[in-house]
Amino acid sequence: MEEEIVIHAEELTKTFGTFTAVDHISFDVRRGEVFGFLGANGAGKTTAMRMLCGLSRPTSGIGTVAGYDIVRQAEKIKRNIGYMSQKFSLYEDLRVWENIRLYAGIYGMHDREIAEKTDALLERLHFTRERNTMVSQLPLGWKQKLAFSVSIFHDPAIVFLDEPTGGVDPYTRRQFWEMIYEAADRGITVFVTTHYMDEAEYCDRVSIMVDGRIEVLDTPGNLKERFGARSMDEVFHSLARKATRSE
Amino acid sequence: MVIKYLLEKEWKQLFRHKFMPKLVIFFPLMIMIFMPWATTLDIRDINTAIVDHDVTETSRRFTRTINASSYFLLQDVVSGYDEAIDMMEFGDADLIIEIPTGFEQEYAETGTANILVAINTVNTTKGVLGRAYIQMLAAQFPPAVDNTSAVAVPAPKMELLVKNMYNPLLDYKYTMIPGLMVVVILLLCGFMPVANVVQEKELGTIEQINVTPVSKFSFILAKLIPYWIIGLLAMTLSVLLAWLIYGLTPAGSLWTIYFFTMLFILTMSGMGLVISNNSSTMQQATFVMLFFVMIFLLMCGLFTPVRSMPDWAQYIASVTPTLYMVDAMRNIYLKGSGLADLTTDWVALVIMTVVLNVWAILSYRKSS
Repeated sequence: MEEEIVIHAEELTKTFGTFTAVDHISFDVRRGEVFGFLGANGAGKTTAMRMLCGLSRPTSGIGTVAGYDIVRQAEKIKRNIGYMSQKFSLYEDLRVWENIRLYAGIYGMHDREIAEKTDALLERLHFTRERNTMVSQLPLGWKQKLAFSVSIFHDPAIVFLDEPTGGVDPYTRRQFWEMIYEAADRGITVFVTTHYMDEAEYCDRVSIMVDGRIEVLDTPGNLKERFGARSMDEVFHSLARKATRSE
Repeated sequence: MVIKYLLEKEWKQLFRHKFMPKLVIFFPLMIMIFMPWATTLDIRDINTAIVDHDVTETSRRFTRTINASSYFLLQDVVSGYDEAIDMMEFGDADLIIEIPTGFEQEYAETGTANILVAINTVNTTKGVLGRAYIQMLAAQFPPAVDNTSAVAVPAPKMELLVKNMYNPLLDYKYTMIPGLMVVVILLLCGFMPVANVVQEKELGTIEQINVTPVSKFSFILAKLIPYWIIGLLAMTLSVLLAWLIYGLTPAGSLWTIYFFTMLFILTMSGMGLVISNNSSTMQQATFVMLFFVMIFLLMCGLFTPVRSMPDWAQYIASVTPTLYMVDAMRNIYLKGSGLADLTTDWVALVIMTVVLNVWAILSYRKSS
């Protein structure tokens, strides 16, 4: 069971006109892993992630997520994943509990279940006092924590996080990663993109994309050894220098 | 039921909006209170200058007749035609009446007399109607009261007995009000759904929705239902206002009105969704919608009769939903028509409703 593959990509490609955003990438992600999906801006991370989530159709290649084909069974995939986009996308004109209720309802949960889980979640996040706060009034770090909580509220098999900690202070980032580990402990596979290399160290395995291709894929420890680097930051720098694409 | 949660969201967002809920009340109020007065094509108070060369009892009586009529507003009696033309040039007069010397004598002797009328036809409607009014007044102008003249005016040979059907007082407001109700719905149910979907695109919230298993159909339905209710409320408000302010009640049944309103709302909201599905920014969506709304307003027969448009324009008019809706509303209101009398109208609207709403659901894409 430990080796069960939940995300499988084979020669996955997406082109926009003559521009190849994602260039024949292949990789596997195992159940319960925290998989770091790294790359410079414009390397194609978000596009790859959007294909896996069924938001974008691949130009060619095969992908399966939670056992479903990303082209033909995109709607089935959507039942089994959570997604947190780079841009905050909960409803700012709804209250905290209303956002939770909406998404829980969309995933087919019932009123009572939603109410109970909402109370437990708010308690855990120390958000109980913010229950009735308009989301637009929350500080960014809180918004991100809420967005993450909403994305895993329905206990998906996999959660995709697109730069979840962008613009967040170091203290909140730390808390955020604790939440990610908690989710992984519950058996949720975490697929996360980030620009913070200290965060890359927290991942079980990382891949680094350069110009639409996956250059390396391994555990942070192995990568550091291979590049003779002291940190993931150095690994990233030596690879990013090879990029020919501008931002 | 997923739709329950989606509807909750839409209602809350709608009523939390700073401006939108006010619009629902404001639109019908403004349009029903002011527009019937403003959109009248009745021409009254045409600025008139009279050049009286005759200066007799009869010519003065004619001047008084003109002055007493509500169609004309006598600006001045001047001594020469050139002076009157100057008035027209400066915009002080739109109609010049020149009564020639010998007018009284000729009229008394022969029963006919010539008067020169010059009309400013920059506004053709004003020109045509001004001419018709003055002809009407002249035809009724009685001969000299003293009756000393030997020749009696010959009696008219033919008399027309005209009966105005359905709007006996020829009140232009009654023609416009049912049509203006259509405008209320057009503006509310055309623009509001457009703003709604595109706003979600601009804010990025739609992306979070697209990654959930929610079906296109539920999502769109939840967006539309609030506008259907708003449209029906706005129509109710308009019907009440028409009754309270103008004493106008429909000769036909209210149910027929609601049936057509529902169809029209469905057509417009479906169209709004098609446009917003295909637009990436609010600006783009509103301008495209505005373009269609202008055509719908100007070509639907609300202000100008479609029959007098050239053939090609009539073809365009025949695909505007407003054409059928305005026609239906006027007939229900003034003539008391029922569904059976308005088959063309509702069939056309049903077709448009089906086409646009199917298109709306198909054009909403959850992936790119």
